[in-house]
Amino acid sequence: MDVAIRKVYVNVMAEFTKDGNLMPRTIIWEDGTNYEIQRIKDCRRAASLRAGGVGLRYTCVIGGQEKYLFYEDNNMWFVEGNTGA
Amino acid sequence: MGRTILHSDANCFYASVEHLHHPELNGKPVAVGGDPEARHGIVLTADYIAKKRGVKTGMALWQAKQACPEITFLPPRMDLYLRFSNMAHEIYADYTDLQEPFGIDESWLDVTSSATIKGDGYKIAQEISNRMKSELGITVSIGVSFNKIFAKLGSDYKKPDAITTMYQDEFQTKAWNLPASDLLYVGRSTYQKLIRYGIHTIGDLARTDEKILVSMFGKMGSVLWAFANGYDDSPVKIEDTSAPIKSIGNSTTTPRDLLTDLDVKIIIYMLSESVAARLRKNGFRCRVVEISVRDNGLFSFTRQHKITNATNITEEIAKEAYRIFKENYNWEKPIRSVGVRGADLVNDNYWEQLDLFSRPELREKQMKMDGTVDILRKRFGYFIIQRGLMYQDTLLSHLDAEANGRVHPHGYFG
Repeated sequence: MDVAIRKVYVNVMAEFTKDGNLMPRTIIWEDGTNYEIQRIKDCRRAASLRAGGVGLRYTCVIGGQEKYLFYEDNNMWFVEGNTGA
Repeated sequence: MGRTILHSDANCFYASVEHLHHPELNGKPVAVGGDPEARHGIVLTADYIAKKRGVKTGMALWQAKQACPEITFLPPRMDLYLRFSNMAHEIYADYTDLQEPFGIDESWLDVTSSATIKGDGYKIAQEISNRMKSELGITVSIGVSFNKIFAKLGSDYKKPDAITTMYQDEFQTKAWNLPASDLLYVGRSTYQKLIRYGIHTIGDLARTDEKILVSMFGKMGSVLWAFANGYDDSPVKIEDTSAPIKSIGNSTTTPRDLLTDLDVKIIIYMLSESVAARLRKNGFRCRVVEISVRDNGLFSFTRQHKITNATNITEEIAKEAYRIFKENYNWEKPIRSVGVRGADLVNDNYWEQLDLFSRPELREKQMKMDGTVDILRKRFGYFIIQRGLMYQDTLLSHLDAEANGRVHPHGYFG
């Protein structure tokens, strides 16, 4: 359900590669838990219709699951979180 | 070979951007409009759900509420819309360097040369439309044609999220059946006049003798006739060659009606500060000062006056504006809205003849003072330094006018 999605801004540890790409490595969730990003499958400009916002969308593999991480055009990171998650 | 021109028009632009940022309002009517508390109460953009209920752009907020009680009003966030507009232009730039914005949410694109690489106009339009949806989360209507006028007609033909072609072999069946008022530059009064002569559709207009139209509208008649027949060959201007600014102005609807000369003086000085600061920022000086006044019976007028020395000094612009106001208003009614504008702009290093009696050293001091105020405000915020006048009524003067610059479409003829 659309209603159950909220926009969660998160702290992110990221790395600039020598080619100038910005690669997120770890997401630090609201409660302080660190989630390591195992792999980035895709990075493209996209809108998040579910959480509301636009920016660079990283398709990340975290704990074996695919998650979208957005680098919004206001230079903040957000994920599409479930309410109560 | 003919040209391939696209006209891309973002559907309910402000409302769409707001919808994207408020997923919880999905499927609910939304209008973007000024702050109802501060009385800037009109609808700037309504989404399609609200439009269906009869909410129109320009309506007062209370009228919109009457037409559609469950409507949600959102205050406009201009910087956000400009960011989206820029992102849209970045997408267009992948297809052509010939793009001409028409207002914040519309653009003409000349994709003639990219058609060989990217496919024909329709295919490019599809690609742009899809990218808008996936990358920006908004929808556009695109018209594909061989000139700018019909491309624009095409983008208006079907909304939202549609692509309409208006090729050489189609415009007689598609465009000519549309009412003449759909044509760019046929406004309400022109349309009324056309109707009186039995000209209802664009086709009627195209089939009318050019000479008759010229006798009705002067040279505009011949322009309209050419538009209707698809003879418009105006080029799409190259990116970033936006027309030089012709004037810089600012106006505001005040938080309460203005009742005295002092009230007006406060507002005029406040607006002049913003106008002069923007002139300085862009390296201009003005040679004409113009004011506009609207009373609470919505009667409005503008007056302008040429000044002797080109200026961007706040004090000079404000004094002149206030003088024009005093000369032209007799306080029949309270005033609702005031504007100040500097026109006939010249470059900052414009030279002029000094006369024996003016005091250039005083002007120089004033310029230095204005420059200092600009720096202070840039570093510490607008309200760090104020004229004493502003403390006569802080409710009126507490508007940072410069940050409120509005964006309007330029005229088609530049």
